Amino acid sequence: MLKYIMKRILMLLPVLIGVSFIVFFIVNLAPGDPARIIAGVETDEETVERIREDLGFNKTVVERYGIYMWKALQGDLGTSYYSNKTVIEAFMERIPNTLLLGFWSVVFGLIISMPVGIISAIKQYSIFDNLGMVLALTGISIPSFWLGILAILLFSLKLQLLPSGGNEFWYSVILPSITNGTQMMALMTRMTRSSMLEVIRQDYIMTARAKGLDEKTVVLKHALRNALIPVVTTAGNFLIMMIGSAVVTETIFSWPGVGRLIVESISKRDLNMVVGCVILITFIISIINLVIDLIYVLIDPKIRSSYGIMKG
Amino acid sequence: MHRSNSEIILDMKNLVVDYETDDGIVHAVNGMNIKLNRKQSLGIVGETGAGKTTTALSILRLIPDPPGVIKNGEIFLEGEDILLYPEAKMRKLRGSYVSMIFQDPMTSLNPVLTVGEQISEVIRVHRKADSEDVIRKAKEMLEVVGIKSDRYNDFPYQFSGGMKQRIVIAMALACYPKLLIADEPTTALDVTIQAQILEVMKDLKEKFDTSLILITHDLGVVAEICDIVSVVYAGSIIEHGTLRDIFKSTKHPYTEGLFNSLPNINARAEFLKPIPGSMPDPTQVYTGCAFYERCKYAVDKCNAVKPPKIWLNDTHYVVCHKYDDIELTQKEVENNGM
Ligand SMILES: Nc1ncnc2c1ncn2[C@@H]1O[C@H](COP(=O)(O)OP(=O)(O)OP(=O)(O)O)[C@@H](O)[C@H]1O
Ligand SMILES: [Mg+2]
Repeated sequence: MLKYIMKRILMLLPVLIGVSFIVFFIVNLAPGDPARIIAGVETDEETVERIREDLGFNKTVVERYGIYMWKALQGDLGTSYYSNKTVIEAFMERIPNTLLLGFWSVVFGLIISMPVGIISAIKQYSIFDNLGMVLALTGISIPSFWLGILAILLFSLKLQLLPSGGNEFWYSVILPSITNGTQMMALMTRMTRSSMLEVIRQDYIMTARAKGLDEKTVVLKHALRNALIPVVTTAGNFLIMMIGSAVVTETIFSWPGVGRLIVESISKRDLNMVVGCVILITFIISIINLVIDLIYVLIDPKIRSSYGIMKG
Repeated sequence: MHRSNSEIILDMKNLVVDYETDDGIVHAVNGMNIKLNRKQSLGIVGETGAGKTTTALSILRLIPDPPGVIKNGEIFLEGEDILLYPEAKMRKLRGSYVSMIFQDPMTSLNPVLTVGEQISEVIRVHRKADSEDVIRKAKEMLEVVGIKSDRYNDFPYQFSGGMKQRIVIAMALACYPKLLIADEPTTALDVTIQAQILEVMKDLKEKFDTSLILITHDLGVVAEICDIVSVVYAGSIIEHGTLRDIFKSTKHPYTEGLFNSLPNINARAEFLKPIPGSMPDPTQVYTGCAFYERCKYAVDKCNAVKPPKIWLNDTHYVVCHKYDDIELTQKEVENNGM
């Protein structure tokens, strides 16, 4: 097991290098002179030239990437062009907010999708099932930025129940997480339902019923765990999707997370910040991925044994 | 309710089960009658689609609904019609009074639960016992079917097919049911293992005083373990009798066909003669005999009139026009005798 974890962490290295390569080049080849943008339109050519030299923009992209990676491998992702905060400091300031938003989005998704998916499967073709599926389809189809704007219009402007942005209050997180989590909630509902439908037809469910177990035990003990195996594997992808969509949600709700930091940095051409944040977020996503694989191993005994942690 | 040695364990009367599907109504079971005494073993034999599994599931009231509907009939367990039971009361019978073993041991155990837990569970539901007792009992059952009790915490995938079927048997017998229904318990296993599993079932049936319904399409298996046999065609019994009645004085053309399609049992046939034609369309309703189209003795009457149930002796009956006259002579004999 430990060996497996180590292997997975080692495998991270090429992924991070690949991601850094792609992001570095995209960002650096984007049109617009970063030195000019940083200096401001009014500044004279000499100053701009000095900034350009200071930041190393007079070297070729390949050279700069080499220098960047050399430092990065030593744990130095550079400093913001604007403040004297290091990229890592700025990232660490923002990441808790992004994770918090991701977490509550997933919680929101799970709270709704699990029961709805299960009940829809058990009562297939009932009114509840049909309603649930219409809702799920709607949830999948609505773009999150539109849902976010609607939510602000309704709950903040009209009903004045919840704040439209920021993170001052504990309930500030409600609207962003619903916005962020809706699509995933809808997808999870459909997955839980179809996975459950599949499991409920299995012979061992009939065996469980033939033992005289009540329906609750049959569903929660015998069916759900089997049904969750495929759901959990994809839940990892959802959490990752969640962090990806955080860029949009954080911008709509001025939520001070990494997504918004990246968007701000792009418009300011704070290249170090952009590249650094993307690398760090990739790292975090990979770790989440690993954790989810480990959870998967815990649910499915067959996989569990192949990692040598057997029960009993 | 009287109890004697010939205590009736199961009395199924005129059971009719339909599956109401989008493609039409499947008449899976059309008037089944089963009477089973204590410690008796009944073999139910028939081709695929004859309604054997449906009949068995009816006894547990576990027919998938929708689409399955019990249209008619009564099923008496311990003298009470279970079709009138509320679900909660029915649950108490499942796994304790009547247990069922399914065809494929590979899929009838839950892959994410230990086999020990799967056996313990049924004991816990039906018996009042503390958890240590339950575990001890479950381990005992494992040993009974020939599996070491230290494998209590293993998962199903760690066992072979034959062992899995033993575990399923242990599970089914854990609460000493009065009636065990085994739906083709050996079909999915290879031949040597089949014999072992049959042996285990035979022993345990004796040991636990259990009545048995064995569903199969293999007459060899029936001969091995059963006292009485019902041959099923298109959802109803076309011939019924003791092992001897069925094997030594086969009456129904279909039963005869079944024997002829066996690979050379007691030189009954030199080569395999499968019954020509295939199972009748289960969505069709027959005015006459359902076997008409495939029967080599068929006459016009067979297509027009439902054949009567003809008793050949106290234990043996056949549902076929071929023996209409015999019934007459027997009746005459009876009349003359009186
Ligand atoms: N869930 C279901 N929905 C619709 N039709 C069904 C269902 N289950 C069984 N049937 C139909 O009912 C008829 C009887 O099926 P059943 O499974 O009882 O036969 P069987 O004798 O057990 O056959 P086999 O030897 O193949 O197991 C068949 O025509 C089958 O297609
Ligand atoms: Mg069957």
